[in-house]
Amino acid sequence: MSHLTLSAVNFAWLPILPLAAVAAGAMAIMLIGPGVEDEDSAGLGILALITLLAALIFAIFTLGENSLAFGGSLATDDYAAFFEIVILIATALTVAMSLDYVADEGMAGAEFYALILFAAFGMMLMAAAGDLIIIFIGLETMSLAVYALAGFLRRDPRSNEAALKYFILGAFSTGFLLYGIALIYGATGTIGLAPIRAALNDRAAENPLLLLGLGMMLIGFGFKVAAVPFHMWTPDAYEGAPTPVTAFMAVGVKLAAFAGFMRVFMANLGPVSAQWTMVLWAIAALTMTVGNFAALVQQNLKRMLAYSAIAHAGYLLVGMAATPRAMAGGAMLYYLIGYAFTNLGAFAVVIVLERKGAGGATLNDFRGLSRSRPGLALAMTLFMLSLMGVPPLAGFVGKFYVFSAALSAHLVWLVIIAALNSAVSVYYYARVIVVMYAQEEAVTAPPRLAPRPGLVASVIVAVAGTILVGLYPQPWLDAANSAYASALGRSATRIAALR
Amino acid sequence: MGGFWLTALIFVPTLGALGVLLQGDDDSVWLPAFIYSLIPLAISLYLFAIFDPSQAGYQFVERYAWIPEFGISYHLGMDGISLFLVILTALLISLSILYSGGGDIEMRPREFCFMMLTLETGLLGALLAVDLFLFYVFWEVMLVPMYLLIGIWGHGRKIYATFKFVLFTMLGSLLMLVAILYLAGAARAQLGHLTFDLPDLYRVSFSPAESRWLFAGFALAFAIKVPMWPVHTWLPDAHTEAPTGGSVILAGIMLKMGTYGFVRFAIPLFPTVAIEAAPLFLALAVIGIVYGALVAMAQPNLKRLVAYSSVSHLGFVMLGIFALDSQGMQGAIYQMLNHGVSTGALFLLVGMIYVRRHTFDISEFGGLWKSIPIYAAVFMIVMLSSIGLPGLNGFVGEFLILLGAFLHSERAAWIAATGVVLGALYMMWAYERVMWGPITKSINATLKDMTAREIAVIAPLVALMLFMGLYPRPLLDRMEPSVNLLLNRVAAAQVRLDRPQYRTVAALDLQARSGRTQ
Repeated sequence: MSHLTLSAVNFAWLPILPLAAVAAGAMAIMLIGPGVEDEDSAGLGILALITLLAALIFAIFTLGENSLAFGGSLATDDYAAFFEIVILIATALTVAMSLDYVADEGMAGAEFYALILFAAFGMMLMAAAGDLIIIFIGLETMSLAVYALAGFLRRDPRSNEAALKYFILGAFSTGFLLYGIALIYGATGTIGLAPIRAALNDRAAENPLLLLGLGMMLIGFGFKVAAVPFHMWTPDAYEGAPTPVTAFMAVGVKLAAFAGFMRVFMANLGPVSAQWTMVLWAIAALTMTVGNFAALVQQNLKRMLAYSAIAHAGYLLVGMAATPRAMAGGAMLYYLIGYAFTNLGAFAVVIVLERKGAGGATLNDFRGLSRSRPGLALAMTLFMLSLMGVPPLAGFVGKFYVFSAALSAHLVWLVIIAALNSAVSVYYYARVIVVMYAQEEAVTAPPRLAPRPGLVASVIVAVAGTILVGLYPQPWLDAANSAYASALGRSATRIAALR
Repeated sequence: MGGFWLTALIFVPTLGALGVLLQGDDDSVWLPAFIYSLIPLAISLYLFAIFDPSQAGYQFVERYAWIPEFGISYHLGMDGISLFLVILTALLISLSILYSGGGDIEMRPREFCFMMLTLETGLLGALLAVDLFLFYVFWEVMLVPMYLLIGIWGHGRKIYATFKFVLFTMLGSLLMLVAILYLAGAARAQLGHLTFDLPDLYRVSFSPAESRWLFAGFALAFAIKVPMWPVHTWLPDAHTEAPTGGSVILAGIMLKMGTYGFVRFAIPLFPTVAIEAAPLFLALAVIGIVYGALVAMAQPNLKRLVAYSSVSHLGFVMLGIFALDSQGMQGAIYQMLNHGVSTGALFLLVGMIYVRRHTFDISEFGGLWKSIPIYAAVFMIVMLSSIGLPGLNGFVGEFLILLGAFLHSERAAWIAATGVVLGALYMMWAYERVMWGPITKSINATLKDMTAREIAVIAPLVALMLFMGLYPRPLLDRMEPSVNLLLNRVAAAQVRLDRPQYRTVAALDLQARSGRTQ
């Protein structure tokens, strides 16, 4: 571990360039913002997009770096780069689908885009964390920005409720996380993730302080990934927030939360996985079941997608319960790519169909869509099929991979529960398709946002991602596997050998 | 390995579907769609011509790596079992498109053709896949267009029927997915690498408990699709509410995916469980035969009657399969084809009368013989084929199945034989009420007889009924080697089990043969 001795002054700049770029962009928007009228806020959005693209290019260049910076506080490895890339793509898609929404709602563009970028910065920081404090700082940076974003429709009581609920429960969960961090520090004497892993031996596994800390952190992350029973805030927060923010919460926040969760638990608390995988087994089963059954009765698409996001967190946790199987991490990373594209696409369609002040689109708004907007209906069909897990789309291959990882860890019953849950989910996803194709158009006011360039582009990118990632999964699988391997401090070839 | 015929077969319809999308959404779409559907039919007939009947294994094999990480390959092959089902699929799709273009489907014809052609890709792919992952992909792909076919162009309670259909099939297929994954995981433990390739998976062995659970995972998915009693309840709704073209494909081919799955996957992968479970499946099959026939008899709705007759006929197929001997299995495959031809034709005929009268109620008809004699005559032939009159196709299949079943379980064969009688009864009774007697409703007196297009749709099926009934040799010759190859696995398992109460004819054969060589 020679790079642990690197001092803060002579580290390579490249690995933190993506982070720096996003932070710089956010500050630039804040500086320019006051001089820009709200009607022209799209320009600021374009600036945010450019920032994100630049950061994306930097992040791609950092692939293969695998070093620690700032005395081990930042782990700029492939795992971080992988998440940075996915988070940046997700953020860029969010910004693209916000362009018209923000202008139309008369929202303050400068603050909006700056907050989105700050949140993205926090997310990326979580992915690149080398110690628990950075995890916490990243989480807070992201969360504070997203709390504000959730309440961005100031005159809409639902939006206020969303922000408040999210904030109070979020703050509560952060308390758990912080307490857990403190206890782990007490048990191991360090906050660095790699030193913690090194300190975990059989005796440590029986240390009550460590176990309590583990439990506290599990609760903290459970809130952020919206696992049952810590999911209560999700439906209301998702429904009330402006729809692009909902998309951002469902995808970006979830990506970051899983980045932190996996980095801490799977990669670095793996040696004591016997202590927490059983709990995760139960949480995964509960999360899938509650998410899917609650989604069955939803009429509002935003709410349905919120519960569907809970269900998908459950499928991901199935993979997590398979720790320390090497395959599990790669499987989850792959799953997250498909999840990001598919959900962002679905939310973009909801934005197109949403009517002003309606708080999202209901099933009725989708009636007869195959006649009025066949392309959009086809795209939505693909997203629903991918979420359902129909081959050869991304959602299917992800499920396939996660389930095989869980089976390789002999979690047969958990996988059966997951399969039964997927069968349940077919009902509510398929209902959207039926409504679009088999029912006549309802006589309602036309949606206010006719497909505009930003939205169309995000739908097209999401469709392309959903199909490509599923149909040709090998390169994505390779990337996911080598990313996870780097978080374990191993080379990808060794992972392959383990498998 | 080279070859491109099977890929062409599977993906020409996809290209056709995309081509159709470029057309206008009006009646001009039918002709190109029909032509696109003729290409796979021509390819399948060409493959029939060059198919080597002496070879038992896969022919025209294609194999490329697809997701090497998981040992998943794009592996296609055709043997004597899939050959005829492929031809049947291509034929019925063409006929359905030809028929539906004649006025049956007036709403959104372009999307209809798109769905039909995509469906064909899924069906052909599932029949030709040798890799389990690939099979699962196509298995699911065919679900989506069928689901939309019922949902968009169906009648009456179409949404309800759609959901019932989708939920039943998805439940089965997801559990099958778990079984497939477990299978591949076991392959990695034993063979050292992940694989979904069927021949590779044959080499994996399981503990008795494992193989029972895995067999159950596959069997449930396939039994729902067949459908076997008691998981058949989605079928009457789906068949009745589907548009005619959809019903033809659903009954003609999609149900065979279930029986095909048993033959191709469930039985050869877990032959010992298949032998142990045979009594159970024979019992379910027999119940299905009698139950389907009795319920069909009680139907006031002509289409529902045909739908329930499918439950009965597919019971015969299952009976033949789980007789686990060469006659029964060949009879079962032959009966799959028969059912596709006869029931496909029946659904078409029922659809034709619906277009004229917009009702399926048997009580609305009567005396049609007088007003539309050609229709009545064709209906007669089709009905006779369906009830297994000697000289027509149904007889050959039922005879072989009963022969095979008789050697295995006399009791099952006896009860099944009563199903034949019941089948004759409900069909002829329905025929009597619809065709004979006086014309009770004046509207029935002025009906138009079959159009040239309708005759063109039915004629190939009637010709097949006669051909398959009089001269089954060319079909059975090509099936037999593949069936025997498959049964060798069962027989080998039989010898391993060596439990006399499960002794099948195939095992006796094998023992006799090995006795001779020693």
